[in-house]
Amino acid sequence: MNVLIIAAKEIHQAIRNRWVLAATLLLAGLALSLTFLGSAPTGNVGVRTLDVVVVSLSSLTIFLVPLIALLISHDAIVGEMERGTMLLLLSYPVARWQVLLGKFLGHLAVLAFATCLGYGAAVGALAATGSQIDNDSLLAFGAMVGSSVLLGAAFVAIGYLVSALVRDRGTAAGICIGLWLLLVLIYDMALLGVLALDQGRSISASVLNAMLLANPTDAYRLINLTGFANVSTFAGMAGLAQTTSLTIPVLLTALLGWTLLPLGLAALAFSRREL
Amino acid sequence: MTSTVRISDVTKSYGQVKAVRDASFTLDQGELVALIGHNGAGKTTLMKLMLGLIRPTSGAIEVLGDNPAAGEFAGRRQLGYLPENVSFDPALTGRETQAFYARLKREPVAKALDLLDAVGLGAASRRRVNTYSKGMRQRLGLAQALLGTPRVLLLDEPTTGLDPELRQTFYDIIARLAAGGATVLLSSHALTELEERAGRVIIMNRGIKVADGSIDELRRLARLPTRIRLKVAGLAPQEMPGWAPQDATCRRLNGHIVEIDAAPERKIELLHRATAAGNAVEDVDVVPPTLDELYAHFLRQSEQAP
Repeated sequence: MNVLIIAAKEIHQAIRNRWVLAATLLLAGLALSLTFLGSAPTGNVGVRTLDVVVVSLSSLTIFLVPLIALLISHDAIVGEMERGTMLLLLSYPVARWQVLLGKFLGHLAVLAFATCLGYGAAVGALAATGSQIDNDSLLAFGAMVGSSVLLGAAFVAIGYLVSALVRDRGTAAGICIGLWLLLVLIYDMALLGVLALDQGRSISASVLNAMLLANPTDAYRLINLTGFANVSTFAGMAGLAQTTSLTIPVLLTALLGWTLLPLGLAALAFSRREL
Repeated sequence: MTSTVRISDVTKSYGQVKAVRDASFTLDQGELVALIGHNGAGKTTLMKLMLGLIRPTSGAIEVLGDNPAAGEFAGRRQLGYLPENVSFDPALTGRETQAFYARLKREPVAKALDLLDAVGLGAASRRRVNTYSKGMRQRLGLAQALLGTPRVLLLDEPTTGLDPELRQTFYDIIARLAAGGATVLLSSHALTELEERAGRVIIMNRGIKVADGSIDELRRLARLPTRIRLKVAGLAPQEMPGWAPQDATCRRLNGHIVEIDAAPERKIELLHRATAAGNAVEDVDVVPPTLDELYAHFLRQSEQAP
């Protein structure tokens, strides 16, 4: 009950602060432009447009959704402490884990709303312009939206963990930017570099799989680019899709773990915080 | 009398600094207690300890049957807290804020909103909190602290930023709550305000409780002189009345007023002398030591003690 009251307040605040509006417009704008500009090089002949959209949108999501999630979440705890609102909230009959979970549900709802509506606009636009959409593509698209929300959840949880550990908002923001750069950009480049140097001598397939699962964005990428046969042909990952042993349930579990573990640690750190 | 708050041998250190040292006291139902001390004397720390926002380094705390340090909070439904420099989420309006806090305490929202009128927030309650002045935020802070029927009220500097009229209303409200059996603990710098209202005073200095009792008890303990002010006719400047005892400190305040410091047990004797037949006393004022003076006295005493 307390969790829902706090979640409702977070949503209310996000609407008031125009966070919901901004995130939805941003995602919708990018989704729409990718839908129409993205199909320009391939043309519309014989290509299932929605599959192309899934490929381009999921690549975009990897950059954008973690960023939005970290922006919302990095000051959830330390920011409220600095503003002094946490002091009052914790004098009420609520447990600290309820505060954290309530905020999580609220922020996740905002993110899910923005993603579904923003990306849904792309499908709507395709349907409206008379593109052919079959069930396979729709399924891949739905999975893409769902896993995007899950990716967002993972980064909201990571943001909370940072927020529960540091002393001031500036530090939280700095660390979150660093984490974003690391997980979204640097990790893959480093991984590629290591693989190129190693030439397959000591890094086995299972080590590679573990390394891919150790980064939520890679788990997300694999779900969307290799998970569906119709999509993976366009993603140029059909080869990888046949060889990888990482199935969708494994990848989803990894993403879920990336959500629950930081969330649990954040709750632990928060419960020990003195303010 | 049943106690609502029990503090036993509580120490709280932040590194080398001991914010509270071996403090023990019990607060009972229906008590209006003033917690006074310098900034940094440990007043806010004590309140935070009672709320479980921080954990004591040693000692035990019990608030409404809960141990706040262990994260128990069932009793907090009946606890109101107003922090020093209260702040709210700026994007929400006063009414939305109050409704949110009412839901957390499972109180009817309509009743909670009536409190906003009681503290005189009125039409401003429909505006966003970020447009509020310090005084208006303080009013909203009071309104949320009064939610439900609190059995314990912890108020940290509650009257800062309130205008005199609302101050009066505020003291009326808490006096009513205390009469109804609530424990009210309030910290303040406005000692003159507390003097007539607080049934009990706890004085803190550098984390140590240096005095605890009703104002009368503290006066007895402090043995500070009562000042007797007399308006005497026909006295030359600098001249002291002849009947004044040699061992009492006398001074002239202005044209007509003679002020005598009277030790507590000599008060009546001195008054007798002054009003004895033949003395040209036109007016008498008896000024007992104020809370300010008691406070200063106990601080001095604790500073001299090793």
